[in-house]
Amino acid sequence: MTTATIAATTPLAARGTRHANTASPMQRNDSRSAWLFIAPFGVFYLAFLLGPTLYMFVMSFFNTSLVHSGLGTFAGFANYAEMLSRPDFWSSLWHTLQFTLYTTPPLVILAFVFAVLTNRLNRGQWFFRLAFFLPFILPSATISLIWVFVFTPSTGLWPLVETWFGVTPGSGVLSSPNTAMIGVAIATVWWTLGFNFVLYLAGLQDIPRELYEAAAVDGASTWAQIRYITIPMLGRTTTLVVLLQIIASLKIFDQVYLMTSGGPGISTQVSLQLITNTAFTDNRLGAGSAASVLLFIVIIVIAVIRQLVDRSAARKEA
Amino acid sequence: MAAPHDKEVVNEMAMSNGTLSRRGFLAAGLGAVTLPLLAGCSSDLGRTVASGLFGTRLPSETLVFWNLFGGGDGTRMQAMEAGYRKRYGADSLQATTFAWGNPYYTKVTLATVGNKPPDVAVSHLTRAKPLWNGDLLEPITDADLASVGLKPSDFAKRPWDAQRTDGHTIAIPLDTHPIVMFFNRDVCQKAGLLEADGALTALDDMDRFESALEAISKVTGGVAMTIPNVGGETATEWRVFWTFYNQHKGVSPFLSDNGARLTVDEDVFGDVNDRLQSWVKKGWVNKGLDYATAESYMFTGKAGLYLEGEWEITTAQSVKGLKFGMVPIPTLYDQPATQADSHTFVLPRKDRTPEERHQAMLFIRSMLDQSLTWAKGGHIPAFRRAADSAAYKALSPQSAYASAAEHAVYDDPAWYGGSGSTFEGIVGAQLGLVQQLAISPKDALQAIKDQLSVYLNTPSPL
Repeated sequence: MTTATIAATTPLAARGTRHANTASPMQRNDSRSAWLFIAPFGVFYLAFLLGPTLYMFVMSFFNTSLVHSGLGTFAGFANYAEMLSRPDFWSSLWHTLQFTLYTTPPLVILAFVFAVLTNRLNRGQWFFRLAFFLPFILPSATISLIWVFVFTPSTGLWPLVETWFGVTPGSGVLSSPNTAMIGVAIATVWWTLGFNFVLYLAGLQDIPRELYEAAAVDGASTWAQIRYITIPMLGRTTTLVVLLQIIASLKIFDQVYLMTSGGPGISTQVSLQLITNTAFTDNRLGAGSAASVLLFIVIIVIAVIRQLVDRSAARKEA
Repeated sequence: MAAPHDKEVVNEMAMSNGTLSRRGFLAAGLGAVTLPLLAGCSSDLGRTVASGLFGTRLPSETLVFWNLFGGGDGTRMQAMEAGYRKRYGADSLQATTFAWGNPYYTKVTLATVGNKPPDVAVSHLTRAKPLWNGDLLEPITDADLASVGLKPSDFAKRPWDAQRTDGHTIAIPLDTHPIVMFFNRDVCQKAGLLEADGALTALDDMDRFESALEAISKVTGGVAMTIPNVGGETATEWRVFWTFYNQHKGVSPFLSDNGARLTVDEDVFGDVNDRLQSWVKKGWVNKGLDYATAESYMFTGKAGLYLEGEWEITTAQSVKGLKFGMVPIPTLYDQPATQADSHTFVLPRKDRTPEERHQAMLFIRSMLDQSLTWAKGGHIPAFRRAADSAAYKALSPQSAYASAAEHAVYDDPAWYGGSGSTFEGIVGAQLGLVQQLAISPKDALQAIKDQLSVYLNTPSPL
C-alpha cells in the first residue's frame, strides 16, 4: 500500500522540487553531504548499470566473443547492419510490440475498472485488494507453470471450459502461432494487473470526497461522476501507469521464455530472447549488444512519442 | 458512492501490520530461513548451498557432473550415477540435469568462462567441437586414459575418429545414437514384409523400398511411413535428409571450413527432396504430423514404418500390446549411411589437481562400465567391451540395428552446428515445409541460403 501511495504522488512531488531548486540553489556544503549520502547507491548504479551499459555500447562496434577476453576485432557498424537486415530481428521486434499492444490497454483499463468497483465497496474491500494483488507477488516461473497447465491441450482448464461451451478444443492455445502470444498476454494481464490496480486505488482515495458530494447534490449520475470527476482526477496516475506499463511490456522476456520459449517456430520470439540467443548461445556478445542498443533506441523513441502526445493533450485541455 | 472510511482502512491496515510487530515477524522469518541452512551445513545440502553462496569449493572428493538427460535416459543415467556412488561413497558425486539443447550448452559455456565448471560434463559429440574451438575443453591424453585402464582401441571407430580434433582427444564417447527405422510387426506381416524368422525383409534398394511402401499403404489404407515435421519439430527432417544425402557416393559436405562456406551438393539436395515429395504426393508419407502423433501412427497400426532416433525405444516398449522392431534405415542409394550423434564425456577447462583429474577419469570409466544399462535405452555402446559382449548381443531389438553405428554420419562441424543447434533449426524447418509440400526443394534451398548467410558471413566467435 505504502509503495503505491508514494509512487502515485511522485509526479506532484517532483514538480515541487524542481521549483525549489531554481528558487534557492543548494549550498556547497549541503551538496557535498548530499553526494556522500547518494554514494552507496551511486557506486552500485555505476558498477551494475551505467558501467555495463557503456560497455555494451562499446562492444556493439566490435566482434566481441563470449569465450575470449577482450573486445575482439573492430567491426564498425557491421553488427548493426546485420541486425537491421535480419528478418528474425524485425519479427522479434514486432512480437515485442505485439505483446505491448495486447497487454497495455487491458492492464490499464481493467485495473481502472476494478479499482473503481473495489473502491465503491463498503465492506470486504481487503479481500478484493488481496485477490487482485496476490498474483503480482508470484515469481514469473510460478505463473508460467500455472498458465501452461491452464492451456494444456485437451486436459487443461481452458480446453475443459471450451468443451462446456461445445467448442472442440484444438491443439492448444500455446501451440498455434496465431494464438500463442495471446495466451502469454492473458497470463501476463492476470499476473501484473494487481500493481496498476493498487496505483489506481491509491489515486482514487486521494480524490476529495466533497467533489462527489457536490456532484450528487447537483444531481449528477454515477456515470457522470466517473466521467467528469474520477477520470480527470486520475489523469496523473493514468499517465504514470501507461508509461510504466509500456516500458514493462517492451522488456518482456520471462513469460515467453518459460511458456513457449519463443515457439512455435519463432512466432513468439521477442527481442530480449533474440539478444540472449545471439549473445549467450551463439557466443556473439558484440552482435547481441548491437541488438540491445537498437531495442534501447526503440524504447526511448516510444517513451518520447508518448510523452509528446501527452503534452499536446494537456495543452489542448488547458 | 465510495465508502467513507477508505483512508482510515488503509491506515489501519498499515498500523495493524506494525502492531503485529513487523520486526518480530522479520526476525522470525529470517530465523526460519537461516536455521536449517546453518544446521544443514554439516550435511551435503548445506555444503552445496554454502558453496553456491560464498564460492567455497565443495570437498574435493565430491565430483560435480552435469548432464542433459530427461525421460528414460535420465532414469538410466541416475541408475548409473547410483552405481558410482555405491563404489565411491554417498558424498562422492553431485549430479545435475539441465534442460536439453542450446540452453544446456550455454550454461556449460558460461560456467567455464566464469571459472566454475563441473568436473565432468556430458556433451553431444557435434557440440563438443564448438566447445573445443572456444578453448573451453581440456584435451584428454593417452596417459589419462591409461590411468583408468583405457586405450583408444577400446572405442568404436566412428565416434572415436569423429571426436578427434586437431590431433587431440577432446571427448570420450559413451554411445552412438543414429536415426533408425521402427516397424509395426502386425502391419508389415499383412504387407508380406516379414521373413519366416520374424525379421523385416531387406529393403536396401529404391524400387524394393517403394514397392514396400505401396504394400504397407494398401494395408493401412493411408500412409505407410511417418516422419514428424510440424509442431516445432526440425531435427527429424534434418536427420532423414542427412541420411539419404550421405547415401550418395562422394557427396560434398553441407558446410565447410567450420561453417564459413555452404558447400551442399544442390543436385543431390534436390534429388532427395523430390523423392520425398513424390512419396508424400503418393500418400505413402505423411504431409504434416508432430512428433508424438507421427509416433502414435506406427504404434496404432495407422502406419507401418516410422523414422526416428533409436531412443524412442523406451516409449515404444511402454505401449501395451505393441509388437515392433527396429532396423537401420535401408540403403536406397549408393552406400549405407545413417545420421547420428554421440553422447560423450568432456572435461571443461579448470584448475585441477592430479587427484581430481584422476577422479574425473574414474567417473568416466565407471559410466563406461555401465554401458549395458545405458544400451537399454536404445543407444549403441561406443565402449567395445560392452558392444561386443554376449549380454548386448542378446538385447533385442537393440542388437538388430547396432550395425547402423558403423555407417554413422555426423553433422558437419560448424560453430553454429550440431545436435539441437541453430543450423539444424534453420535447415530442418525448411525441410519440414518441403515435406508439407508447402514449398519446392529449390525454394527451400534458397531460404536456407538466405537464413544461413548471417552465419556464413560472420567470423566464428570461437
